[in-house]
Amino acid sequence: MATETKTPAGTAPAAGEGAPERHHHGRVGPDELARAEVKDGVLFDVRGLEVFFPIHETFFRSMVQKEKRYVRAVDHISFCVKQGEILALVGESGCGKTTTGRTMLRLEEATGGEILYKGLPMRSFTGRALREYRKKAQIIFQDPYNSINPKQTIFDIVAEPLEVNGVTSSEHEKEERVVKAISQAGLRPAQEYLYRYPHELSGGQRQRVCIAGATVLEPDMIVADEPVASLDVSIRNDILKLMVEQKDTLGVTYLFITHDLSLAWVISDRIAVMYLGRIVEIGHTEEVVANPQHPYTKALISVIPVPDPLAKREHVILEGETPNPVDIPSGCRFHPRCPMRIDACREIDPPDVHIGGDHYAACIRLK
Amino acid sequence: MSATATSPSKTPERIAHKGLLEVRELTTRFKLSQGWVRAVEKVSFSLEPGESLGLAGESGCGKTTAALSILKLLPENGRIVSGEILFDGKNLAKRTEYGMSKIRWKEISMIFQGAMNALNPVTETGKQIAEPIILHEGVSQKEALKRTRDLFELVGINPKRVMDFPHQLSGGMRQRAMIAMALACNPKLVIGDEPTTALDVMVQAQILDLIERLRRELDLSFILISHDLSVMAETCDKGVIMYAGEVVESGTVAQLFNDPRHPYTRQLIKAFPNIHERREMVSSIQGDPPNLLDPPPGCGFSPRCNVKTGACTDDPETVEVEPGHFVRCHLVKAGVI
Repeated sequence: MATETKTPAGTAPAAGEGAPERHHHGRVGPDELARAEVKDGVLFDVRGLEVFFPIHETFFRSMVQKEKRYVRAVDHISFCVKQGEILALVGESGCGKTTTGRTMLRLEEATGGEILYKGLPMRSFTGRALREYRKKAQIIFQDPYNSINPKQTIFDIVAEPLEVNGVTSSEHEKEERVVKAISQAGLRPAQEYLYRYPHELSGGQRQRVCIAGATVLEPDMIVADEPVASLDVSIRNDILKLMVEQKDTLGVTYLFITHDLSLAWVISDRIAVMYLGRIVEIGHTEEVVANPQHPYTKALISVIPVPDPLAKREHVILEGETPNPVDIPSGCRFHPRCPMRIDACREIDPPDVHIGGDHYAACIRLK
Repeated sequence: MSATATSPSKTPERIAHKGLLEVRELTTRFKLSQGWVRAVEKVSFSLEPGESLGLAGESGCGKTTAALSILKLLPENGRIVSGEILFDGKNLAKRTEYGMSKIRWKEISMIFQGAMNALNPVTETGKQIAEPIILHEGVSQKEALKRTRDLFELVGINPKRVMDFPHQLSGGMRQRAMIAMALACNPKLVIGDEPTTALDVMVQAQILDLIERLRRELDLSFILISHDLSVMAETCDKGVIMYAGEVVESGTVAQLFNDPRHPYTRQLIKAFPNIHERREMVSSIQGDPPNLLDPPPGCGFSPRCNVKTGACTDDPETVEVEPGHFVRCHLVKAGVI
């Protein structure tokens, strides 16, 4: 499936040639991980990442069928996450955006390709190094109603990551860090919230608690998986603002996973549009939205509803639905639904085409 | 509360009213152990035949309750306290359960929220759609299933899949099946309760396009209930903005979006990003919606309003700022905004 000519979309200039230098053929020690520095501003370098899930077949089928079948959730994607940016992964359900995020947190194992964290291959993090890594990468889930323990106080919820990782040496230091994280998450004065329970808070406040729990360890990156999808409009914008604020003041890097391109447009620095396990277009947010190149991105942007009844724009409505990620169409996987397909699309798996700057799109018609 | 109650006689007289549906001062409450919740308070709007109306607001503003009141499908603790629901010359608020059963689906139908859960998982989709046809029109199951196949064709599902179970259909197809079900008995009015909320953007566009096409072809009246003002702006002729159980502003979508007058409408519109304009951080509305067990006095929005005055603790009057454009705000009445 993977084309050899594929250029890593949006990777830093240093990456690409002979990157995995140094000595980590084996394991990476926790100290090495703690000491690792960001090079050329690239925090994560994802190269040809593949995450396949095997399908459990019936006994009969497994005997008859020669090839083992897989759900190709993420199918050979390359991109980088720069330090201190908000990178939005946008796509419809089933496009692999959440799997990508989870793999970057090592909640899912990659079946192919590699992810370099500060130049170190993530696959070699085991034992203590993996624990060290867990402090560096955190997650915020979609639903703040079910992702925190209703029986714990806000203090306990936010302090738990510190306790689990044995980060703080004294009760006093722990409290200081918890209070700091809570007030950075916008719950001020923090003292007032410490001994409350989740049910006393509104949805927006609960999501702030989740954010405080994620930032208390001062991680390098937070994966925010649809953090505002279950919140009301009037509240969700505050959470988005908070993410931008934390990026600016704390230098947290966010991987913002969302199905809503307009939200990605509001807060992200760069956007990667995914379709059926592939990144079809990646680039600076304003550039991708104002000047989309891939037909899928164009269609997606055209159908986003806008609060203006006089804007009569043409909607490019794609026929059918996203195919399942087991039987991926040949050639360009978007070709069965593409309004601009040509015959060659059926055979050629399109490589990334450089549009300009950081902007890449995978479509053969762009050459 | 006029004395136009339909007597149980054979030929109930037609009540004169505006359009196809006119809701007058509808008030619905829910009884909880702590007291009565003010879910819908003196809500009025009307709908012409063939028109589409959007009912918008944040969760808990009473938009779904208003729709359920029209069909009288309220949960057991809900009650229509006062007001009239005039539909095609009949006052639905006064109808008995039996009388309503003749109206539901035959004249007013509903596309429910969350197509995943609204269909029975252990019955074939087609049979579920055929059920109201058999019930209301007394045809055989064979005939009803034949009509279901036509309905599938109409909403863009392969008629061969009529005997598929809901889990065999994709999310978009299930939503299409729900639409087919709503159209089964050729109703005059269809109410869509967040019909596209759980769907992907592209599927949402397909479904909204389908609803628009069917509305034109079948000359349907449509009420869209949505929290998403952008969807309302793109699909409806008229809009009603609700907050804390009350209508704060109503008018044509052009009036609402190009000349919003109520502070809540203004702030709510700003909360939606417009991808075709200059990029800026969307704003939010400070504070939380009020507790409707104990609503604030006067204007329900005043505790969160950025331009409130001392007068806001009194009940504001609804004023017509332009023909068809109604706003419920003291400041608008005083001519300040």
